[in-house]
Amino acid sequence: MLKALENISAHYANPTRFMALAAKWHAPLWGLAALCLAYGLYRVAYVPDDYQQGATVKIMFVHVPAAWMALFGYSFIFFASVAALVFRHPLGHVAARAAAPVGAVFTLIALVTGSLWGQPMWGTWWVWDARLTSVLVLFFIYLGYIALWQAIDEPTRAARAASLLAIVGFINVPIVKFSVDWWNTLHQPASVSRLARPALHADFLYPLLIMGLGFLLLFLALTLTRMQMEILRQKLRRRS
Amino acid sequence: MSLFMTLCGAHIRLAWRGGQTVLAVSFLFIAVTLLPFGLGPELKLLRALAPGLLWVVLAISLLTTLDKLFQADFEDGTLDRLRLLPLAFEAALLAKLCGHFLALVLPLILSVPLAGLLLNIDGARLPLLLAAMVCGAPALVMWGGIGAGLAVSVRRGGLLTVLIAMPFYVPVLIFGAAASQAALATGTALWPYLGILAALSAATILLAPFAIAAALRVAQD
Amino acid sequence: MAESVTFDSDTDFAGDAFLRAEALACQCGGRLVFENLSFNLSAGHALRLAGANGSGKSSLLRQLAGLLPLAAGSLAHPFTPSRHIHYLGHDDGLKAAFSVGETLAFEAALAKTDMAVSLLAELGLAGCAWQFVGDLSAGQKRRLTLARLLLDQRPLWLLDEPLTALDARGRTLVEDLATAHLAGGGMIIAASHEALAFATQELRLGAGA
Repeated sequence: MLKALENISAHYANPTRFMALAAKWHAPLWGLAALCLAYGLYRVAYVPDDYQQGATVKIMFVHVPAAWMALFGYSFIFFASVAALVFRHPLGHVAARAAAPVGAVFTLIALVTGSLWGQPMWGTWWVWDARLTSVLVLFFIYLGYIALWQAIDEPTRAARAASLLAIVGFINVPIVKFSVDWWNTLHQPASVSRLARPALHADFLYPLLIMGLGFLLLFLALTLTRMQMEILRQKLRRRS
Repeated sequence: MSLFMTLCGAHIRLAWRGGQTVLAVSFLFIAVTLLPFGLGPELKLLRALAPGLLWVVLAISLLTTLDKLFQADFEDGTLDRLRLLPLAFEAALLAKLCGHFLALVLPLILSVPLAGLLLNIDGARLPLLLAAMVCGAPALVMWGGIGAGLAVSVRRGGLLTVLIAMPFYVPVLIFGAAASQAALATGTALWPYLGILAALSAATILLAPFAIAAALRVAQD
Repeated sequence: MAESVTFDSDTDFAGDAFLRAEALACQCGGRLVFENLSFNLSAGHALRLAGANGSGKSSLLRQLAGLLPLAAGSLAHPFTPSRHIHYLGHDDGLKAAFSVGETLAFEAALAKTDMAVSLLAELGLAGCAWQFVGDLSAGQKRRLTLARLLLDQRPLWLLDEPLTALDARGRTLVEDLATAHLAGGGMIIAASHEALAFATQELRLGAGA
């Protein structure tokens, strides 16, 4: 299995071959993503209202998958960076750079929808709930990563520095998450202001998973498109 | 070992002569002075918030000292020297960071009692706060070093360093502030928090030099 | 007048010094600076690297010092860069806030020897012990960087533009040091725009290499 993966990734390490593959997958991936999201939203529309939160619980179907993608995005960047730095895969840096803004935007969506979801319940636009806080810190980690890419002029050096940051940062994300969770339990206010997820009844679970899949496909479609753009940009730069 | 001490001492001397110690401590006091203007001069409020505020101000003061850490050496060729010493590059970097801690961070921590006075800090909390800071500050320095190492080739990379290092300050701040609240809040013992802080510091002291060395090598390629 | 230099027997590599480079290539900033560079150097010989700016002289020196990775090719030599190579780049590596005396004491500490009082005189900086490096002239600073060559005996010297900014006295110093070093069995590789009196070989980089 591992050997097969290795062979596949080695085969597509050649940018031209990758571009051919990407061109083939581009339309289907976007199409699938659109279909999945459309179906997901359709299912969400028919989810019964939560007895406590009313119709606003439906924001959860955007908030939770977005938060999943925020974490998935950073893991994606981590693995791409490892492929680039440790295994010297030529497309690793391209993949990491392409995925970064996509992940950052999903993180921002998670933050905004989290705030919108909670506002009717809490009466304020923000609470330092454990998950929201972790996502906020993750957002800054994304920003630092993207800023590093932008700040260093020379592309190879920028790529290597950013990959290093991604690897070092990824190892620490669990530590940050753990400490934020612990901090939240320490300062638990009297009224429960956590974003309580309703019990994962089948009515809620399936639409959630479908939306999750749709977001994943959207993430992959966006990243693939950005990778194609980046490779074309590099080709242009080399020619000039 | 003697090379380690030589490098450490050289960095301390340079930081001291460059006026960085005075600048950093002044920044700490200026930041603390701004707080009552934002929060109001009510002493009870300041007393309650003092430990947490001092932690944040310490972290930010530390962040401001970082851009001088590796940039000068990167530009004047000293980094090459450090790479070509009989001492491992990682050890040479650790020596610099030790020097940075002794020359800049320790004075900041020693200024905290006086700054705490301005915030009407509870005298009983002060020893806990200082103990927590001494245990946790090395982690802050190491993370700052990682940020400084990654941003070293960027002109005016100070803000970038801060942005990179800042998210990773969160665990230290969380446990550090908890430590200074510990004994008074629920009668819980101080030691677990100090232990966690010390563990974070120890882990970063062991691992950060390798990350920083890698970052500096990338910058010089 | 520099005295003749001999190596301590604990340079701990067997036999004579030598250096063989084959088909070296260098990538700097994503650009291929040079490729397929080969040369041989043996004890007592000095190689001068010549070529226009940007031809890769400094990069080659950095590769030999182990500071830059080899894009291709191989290097054979018995040296450990941290113990057997002196690399003097075109940046001084001096701290303006230190005095001359402190700089020399620092260099001596790094070389794990004691600082000889005669060192100042040898470098032509007699009487400057209390001056700050920031106040020295460019020539004086370059002479100060030579201190480590005197304090720490290492077989291979990699010099990047050793004669720049030096006055006649400084140049004589460099040439004397180099000649003594070679006579003692050392090797020198120096990048220089001008001809070097002590060079026994020359390698031209860039167009027409």
